Amino acid sequence: MNPPFAAGGPPVIIPTFGSPHQYACERANGLFCLGWFKQNWGSVLWPALRQHVVLVLIAVAIGFAISMALALIAHRYRRAEQPVIWFTSFLYTIPSLALFELLVGVPGLGLSSATAEVALVAYTLLILFRNILTGLRSVPAEVHDAAEGMGMSRRQMLLRVDLPLALPAIIAGLRIATVSTIALATIAALVNNEGLGVPILNAISDSTFKTELIAAGGLAVLLAVAADALLVGTQRLLTPWARTRAA
Amino acid sequence: MQHFIDAFKFIGRNGEIPGQPHFTTLAYYSLGTLKITVIAMAISLAIALPIGMWLGHLHRGSFVAINLGNIGRALPSLAVLAIGVAFLGIGLKNVLVALVVLAVPPIITNAYVGVEQVDPDLVDAARGMGMTGLQVLRRVELPLAVPLLMAGVRTATLFVISTTTIAALTGYSDSLGEIINDEASYHLSGVLGAAICIAAMAILIELVLAVVQRVMTPAPLRRAETLALPDELIGLKTMAA
Repeated sequence: MNPPFAAGGPPVIIPTFGSPHQYACERANGLFCLGWFKQNWGSVLWPALRQHVVLVLIAVAIGFAISMALALIAHRYRRAEQPVIWFTSFLYTIPSLALFELLVGVPGLGLSSATAEVALVAYTLLILFRNILTGLRSVPAEVHDAAEGMGMSRRQMLLRVDLPLALPAIIAGLRIATVSTIALATIAALVNNEGLGVPILNAISDSTFKTELIAAGGLAVLLAVAADALLVGTQRLLTPWARTRAA
Repeated sequence: MQHFIDAFKFIGRNGEIPGQPHFTTLAYYSLGTLKITVIAMAISLAIALPIGMWLGHLHRGSFVAINLGNIGRALPSLAVLAIGVAFLGIGLKNVLVALVVLAVPPIITNAYVGVEQVDPDLVDAARGMGMTGLQVLRRVELPLAVPLLMAGVRTATLFVISTTTIAALTGYSDSLGEIINDEASYHLSGVLGAAICIAAMAILIELVLAVVQRVMTPAPLRRAETLALPDELIGLKTMAA
């Protein structure tokens, strides 16, 4: 396997590993070396996990802001919906590896965190935009009539009626966007050398160091499942009226 | 823009790089992608459809069936492939196992929900006509579950196709991911060409499955549905790739 990108990226933040005595430890039990895990938690795995979380939070936050703005525009002007759907669907169909490589060639991006974030944000747009808009549109007409009858302005109606009622759909979108960004961020390690993808890719190229593969891969899975559970919990807290129905 | 023109030239040359005549052809990699997708989907369907439909038929195990879908959706494909490498080593076996692990949850969940949500009155009527459990499942519940069931199959297929490109990162070299992952040899035009092939293949398979769904749906239930491509393509990145 050839390295996908030429050398000359940012300085390696996470040290390379897999020295002979570590392999000896793994050979002793065949699969997982707990000693290596403990020894490298503070210097390798924890920083990678933290970087991963930051990477995902930034991407989802920016993606959410853009999608929310687009959805509000499309909510008001119906004609804006289709072009946004076309564009974001187009972005979505680009295989992630190809998008990363394409963006690396863009002047000013190169091998950097910015490149990773641009790609990750691009992939959140379709899901978030569709879910926010679906949520806003699903508010029953009677509810609108009642709000209008109460004398609410358009702005009040949006903030106090439409958005709260759209919350379950919005959070459902955030769940999908977050877990898929966590997954894509492991691949983004190719361009920014950050996050859990770094130890994973390292361990694969380094004659498959099993302990590291299991530890870093396991952390990525746990992070995704935990983030999903956290968002479900948030939704239950924010929408007490929906608790009787299935979340 | 020049890159895109070169990408189509690359496709036109069947993946040959000028001056390097010994490269494996684009058609070979495309067929490899298709082959592993079909094998992985065949295994996943054989495992997931009976389980999902049977649980739905019994109206049991909703917690497991629904949450399996949620957890499955959260699994990062590179992480699954990486953990698989630790247990199975690099190669076809590991990639197949990872693809099946990623494809099974959405199929089970959708098959379960599809069968489970069939109108109980219809099932009662079928039983009143003297149908056995298996007959009810095959002749009443299954036809009515087709739309949801096929939605799961379509989502899973797209996960599988997109994950085959990620598999190249773990050293599996018989798919289009090999080109996408090797910019040094194929240049950006080759990477884009392979990406276009993957996207085209995803859309083509999507169309085939839409036709399959239409054929499986009983005639009276068929409506003049449009093929909602963007809807289904949502699945492409959901599990990560």
